[in-house]
Amino acid sequence: MNWVWIGSNLGLIGGRILEHLALTAPPIVIGLVLSIPLGYAASRSSVARSVLLSVGGILYTIPSIALLVLVPVTLGLAILDPFNLVFALSIYAVAIMVRSAADAFASVPKDVVSSATSTGYSGWQRFFGVELPLAIPVLLAGIRVVSVSTVSLASVGALIGIDQLGSFFTDAFQRSFLTEAIVGIVAILLLAALYDVLLARIGHALTPWTHQQSAQTAVLRLASAPVGGDS
Amino acid sequence: MNLFASAIAWILDPAHWTNGPDISAHLLEHLAVSGLCVLIAVVIALPIGIAIGHTGAGRGAAILVSNVARALPTLGLLSILILLLGIGLLPITIVLVILAIPPMLAGAYAGVESVDRQTVDAARAMGMTEWQIIARVELPLALPLLIGGLRATALQVIATLGLASAFAFGGLGIYLINGLTQFDFTQLLAGAILITALALLVDGLLAVVQRFVVPRGVAHGRSDPNTPPKRTPARRRRALQEGMQS
Repeated sequence: MNWVWIGSNLGLIGGRILEHLALTAPPIVIGLVLSIPLGYAASRSSVARSVLLSVGGILYTIPSIALLVLVPVTLGLAILDPFNLVFALSIYAVAIMVRSAADAFASVPKDVVSSATSTGYSGWQRFFGVELPLAIPVLLAGIRVVSVSTVSLASVGALIGIDQLGSFFTDAFQRSFLTEAIVGIVAILLLAALYDVLLARIGHALTPWTHQQSAQTAVLRLASAPVGGDS
Repeated sequence: MNLFASAIAWILDPAHWTNGPDISAHLLEHLAVSGLCVLIAVVIALPIGIAIGHTGAGRGAAILVSNVARALPTLGLLSILILLLGIGLLPITIVLVILAIPPMLAGAYAGVESVDRQTVDAARAMGMTEWQIIARVELPLALPLLIGGLRATALQVIATLGLASAFAFGGLGIYLINGLTQFDFTQLLAGAILITALALLVDGLLAVVQRFVVPRGVAHGRSDPNTPPKRTPARRRRALQEGMQS
């Protein structure tokens, strides 16, 4: 390890960390936002489910470097446009997330949804007030997987000349300079851990009812118990 | 779309199939190295995965390993190992095997784990040894998920090997790297199409295998009990050969 190099290039390292953040945060958010309606549709209709999941599977099959090239060609953008990377990473994020979102909405107990309907919730109220909150734990697990793989996958952008932490890998190879590659890999792992902790915190804050596990199961048991008559 | 047409024309151009290190040579190289890496990953991950699925121990460790592996950037591992070991097949193989182990491991333990514990208990009660249970009950029933893991592994390896071309490896990624350095977008797109096509082709072949290895009992058990089990011509033929009644 060449510590002197690290010391004298802190600015470069910091800059690439920021670039990496700027390129990976939008795909993670886009993946989550787009997958919610798609996953909801998939959880409501088996036709939508099989279509969406197989499209997601096929998109995920496209090798990352190939997708990075296919995106600008299809969209008519310049090959070196950083937006290509954001777009390609968003495609992967949605492809992984749709399955998680479908599972998340399927995990919401049917009885709870029915009781929300019977107490007068409209479709939208029920979605935002009942189904979406109850889907958060599974959605969260999915988006944590997406964030980790997005951070790691973004480094491939270095091959088509989009600057971020992955550029340390191509530079290190061209200059036979190991320190640079190690800096890049450590920074990416730290960034992945940062996203993971951050998302876990957000999820924790959004689902206060899961903090008292026993109370939650009691509520669910109440909700799923027959209330006499034909419920 | 014009670029797509010219990329397809580039791929179909006979000159790119006959001269020197041509498409077929790179294709074979890509397939051979991918196959080697998948094979090594299967040899390492399959016994471990079966052990985890059979005993139920070590699942947490396996999930931890997969999560760390998912965060590891391939490009970074490749550059570090190539700088340490020198340019060649060895560092590339090591990186791809590291990458291929988690999905294979997950497929193996999820497959064995998914086998109904009552079925395993029944086999044990009938006097089967643990090895017999693994070989005759758990493995056949785990095959669909196991092949699913193999599909994910093969996809991952074929796609990722394209990156190795940035580090002086041949394979189909060479057209991507040449295309990028020469600003030859036709060649670039042709490389992308070739890798995607190979990945989809191998995945499709394994999907067919996956469909055929589902044990008859499982296929029947999964169908709705109210509808009679579907009988594909192949299954009917096999049933006839075995002289089965229904």
